[in-house]
Amino acid sequence: MADGPQTRLPLLEVDGLKMYFPITAGLFRKKVGDVKAVDDVSFTIYEGETLGLVGESGCGKSTCGRAILRLYEPTAGRVVLAGEDVLAAPPSELRAMRPRMQMVFQDPQASLNPRMTVAGIIGEPLDEHTTLTRAQKLARIYELMDKVGLNRDFANRYPHEFSGGQRQRIGIARALALNPKFIVCDEPIAALDVSIQAQVVNLLEELQDSLGLTYLFISHDLSMVRHIADRVAVMYLGRIVELASRDALYDAPMHPYTQALLSAVPEPDPNAEIDRNRIILKGDVPSPANPPQGCNFCTRCPKVMDICRKVEPRFEEVTPGHFLACHLYQEAAVGAAPSGANPEQSASPQDPNFQQGET
Amino acid sequence: MTETTTAIRPPRNQWWDVWDQFKTHKGALVGLTIFLTILLGITIGPFLWDLAPTYVDLRARNQGFSLAHPLGTDQLGRDLLARMMAGGKVSLSVGLTAMALAVSLGTTIGVLAGYFKRLEGPLMRLTDLFLALPLLPLLLLMVTLFREPLSQRFGPEGGIFLLIVTAIGATSWMQTARIVRGEVLALKEREFVLAARSIGTPARRMVLRHILPNVMSPIMVSATLGIATAIITESALSFLGLGFPPDFPTWGRLLFDAVDQIQLYPMRVVLPGIAISLTVLSVNYIGDGLRDALDPRIRGR
Repeated sequence: MADGPQTRLPLLEVDGLKMYFPITAGLFRKKVGDVKAVDDVSFTIYEGETLGLVGESGCGKSTCGRAILRLYEPTAGRVVLAGEDVLAAPPSELRAMRPRMQMVFQDPQASLNPRMTVAGIIGEPLDEHTTLTRAQKLARIYELMDKVGLNRDFANRYPHEFSGGQRQRIGIARALALNPKFIVCDEPIAALDVSIQAQVVNLLEELQDSLGLTYLFISHDLSMVRHIADRVAVMYLGRIVELASRDALYDAPMHPYTQALLSAVPEPDPNAEIDRNRIILKGDVPSPANPPQGCNFCTRCPKVMDICRKVEPRFEEVTPGHFLACHLYQEAAVGAAPSGANPEQSASPQDPNFQQGET
Repeated sequence: MTETTTAIRPPRNQWWDVWDQFKTHKGALVGLTIFLTILLGITIGPFLWDLAPTYVDLRARNQGFSLAHPLGTDQLGRDLLARMMAGGKVSLSVGLTAMALAVSLGTTIGVLAGYFKRLEGPLMRLTDLFLALPLLPLLLLMVTLFREPLSQRFGPEGGIFLLIVTAIGATSWMQTARIVRGEVLALKEREFVLAARSIGTPARRMVLRHILPNVMSPIMVSATLGIATAIITESALSFLGLGFPPDFPTWGRLLFDAVDQIQLYPMRVVLPGIAISLTVLSVNYIGDGLRDALDPRIRGR
């Protein structure tokens, strides 16, 4: 798991992804603004790795995952999966691409149709994308059920007859049915008990090893991400503020938000817990409909500077493999920037430095 | 896991589970029995009791129950049993057909309006328009306009049957459409629909596989209520002289013909009344049982 991603090929490239939801008001539903749920997010996921995407509730993690799979129509940006542009594909091509990218959902209760049997649910992708005979389909369904550790006899049962962990296994089996390369795990463990969480995460890891899967693992559970992810991206208010390899991020977080987030992870050792130095952020997360000028975090940042309120920090590589959007570490860049630069201009995705470079 | 010891059952047809659950609902079983009895009575009955429902025997007017006329005769000496059977055939077929028409129209419009955002505005305004129409004048207009051409084309009975079924169907789908649209709007945001989208299920199969089975309960309820309303509306139309011709028996017409003499011959009102009530009640119970049986969450309890 620790081998450098540099040696691998990029599987998914996300470039300047924006997902704005329009706000309408008045009698004629006039558009009065946007909720910037995902605002200019760029990252790369390498083949066979797990990228953890963390952040607090409402920061746009799930929306980001769904926009990548084009379950929403993103406002702007480019998503390239194994050389094919997902966002630009016409409906028929997109349908042909679906088998390669799948999703595991957060709420295993809501993500399974209550009127379908387990066999029907796991078999749906096969119905849609393959021309297997009935017997072949059933064989494949049983194979998938074995793979995720479900008893074959459960095939005729309905989702409400299962526990949360079992339901999540059904969801994982459905995602695996078409041999995808890339799976977005949208908080797959958030709705489960702690003991079941470990089972599901271990199952995901085993499947990754045996099938060579690539995950985008969305979660707000920092310790679980530390366990499963190879690299971690931290999101705040629709933007990625820091992206680094797991060890670099957890051992030496650079962005003040990441530092505050990590300081909130409880310490199992009670002696260490007493000495734990928590960084407590003041105030609330600003509304994504009206993000602050400059850096998104400037309203709550303990190390805020004047420039943070004016100029948006660029998301760039500060040390190899460690991407950061913070003025604290961009003195040189700040000096080079023209004084009084229009913050809106500096936020534009055309800025070549804004995109994440290849490493 | 004891996979090797237990024999693995292949997925069986869902309808067997539905039937198993339906059988446990006592009310539904009683309803089904009554409904089947009524159905058999009006289909096979006329072959066993071959007195013509329109045969006038003035010497045997206003008779009570007897062997010659088990349910008595009316003021023109027509045999009531024969008239009940003939009337039931018409009333039931009007009720079932008009209900099927109204429910399928309402479901289609409701699903389209709920699932496709672009169609929602026009379709729901159309629904509001129909809800705002005054029904009786509309029916009156339809009957006066189309009775003659339809009678010429399909014969007097076939024409008026078609007219009444269309009239009732076209004026009673709105409630179903509204209920279904609301349900579809809520379902559309559920994660399993999103999951199906991530699989690449096209809109048509999305509706048939995920949306429709989940809006079955409200459709079932409005369908069973719809049969009752259709039978009663047909009676009202016949009473106003807009329905079937006067000598053509339906349950509604039998009821209204007898209302004048309710104090002298109460049984003549009670019998068609019981027939209508029994049908409506049994259909409601069948619908209740079916709705429970179709829901896997209730099934097996």
